[in-house]
Amino acid sequence: MSGRVGVVVFPGSNCERDAAKALATLGAEPEVLWHADATVKGCDAVVVPGGFAHGDYLRPGAIARFSPVMSAVAAFADAGGPVLGICNGFQVLTEAGLLPGALQKNRGLKFLCTTVPVRVESVRSVLTSQVPRGTILALPINHFEGNYTCAPSTLRELQADDRIILRYVDNPNGSIDDIAGICSPGRNVVGLMPHPERASEPLLGSVDGVVLLASFLDAARGSSPPGDQLREREMPARLSTEAGTPSSRQAS
Amino acid sequence: MRFDVLVEIRLRPGIADPQGATIERALPALGFDGFSHVGVGKAIRFNLDAADEMAARTSVDELCQRFLANPVIEEAEVSLSPGATTL
Repeated sequence: MSGRVGVVVFPGSNCERDAAKALATLGAEPEVLWHADATVKGCDAVVVPGGFAHGDYLRPGAIARFSPVMSAVAAFADAGGPVLGICNGFQVLTEAGLLPGALQKNRGLKFLCTTVPVRVESVRSVLTSQVPRGTILALPINHFEGNYTCAPSTLRELQADDRIILRYVDNPNGSIDDIAGICSPGRNVVGLMPHPERASEPLLGSVDGVVLLASFLDAARGSSPPGDQLREREMPARLSTEAGTPSSRQAS
Repeated sequence: MRFDVLVEIRLRPGIADPQGATIERALPALGFDGFSHVGVGKAIRFNLDAADEMAARTSVDELCQRFLANPVIEEAEVSLSPGATTL
């Protein structure tokens, strides 16, 4: 498998080039998927990047979910294909019903633009399969509506099924249970508010997003199939601890 | 028949409303006392041509469910009156 990764572009998306560049650096072949075309063009994985799809009018993701490409993305996800929603992409995936819950305005009503420590809570997803549980990653956040919320029954389900894959170390936005990222029951659809693609070059201040994107690309290439075949791997020596990695200490 | 429709979107009970809370906190400082339970939502107005009120209501309810409100965090209240004003 070649690792062709489709990057969805809606009117108002603004992180598609960053995502494509970061994935290309890892050896993927990025392909732009225009929102009005109802196809994923045979790609091996799909990224829904950050931005303000359709201006975030009504609610973030509310209009994007009706874009023709989303029916193709949903069919791709149903078939087990790896799908990654970053920031606005996460909002789009929840509105589309591919992930549960919703993202509401940050507690404190501030647009947050900073780098925060995020802890990997489960390796059982296409985004975290290569990152030991407990690893702390320094990842940029850049959002106004990143406060994850869901019904109590949904939260219990996410917790019981080990589907909370990332948590904030210091909750910046009020998200329930410190949730920064979750995955679908099949573990092939993931959404997170932080931006791994903005932590993919030393020049950007952190390279902690690379392990996440590498896991995702691995899934795209089929070497780490999604679904129940993803098992918690033998734990290597921890890359970092609660005390933080060198890059997470830069976070403040 | 043409109907005037007002859809009010509000956060469901139990969902934090930081905008409402911020406004409520600001009120005493501005000299407004006695206000409580401040909630911020959205109001969406439109006209709708439908056979009768029942048909109009069914159609608007479906619109709210699928698009105007996110049922995870929001609920919608629909007010409908015949004899639309022309804008």
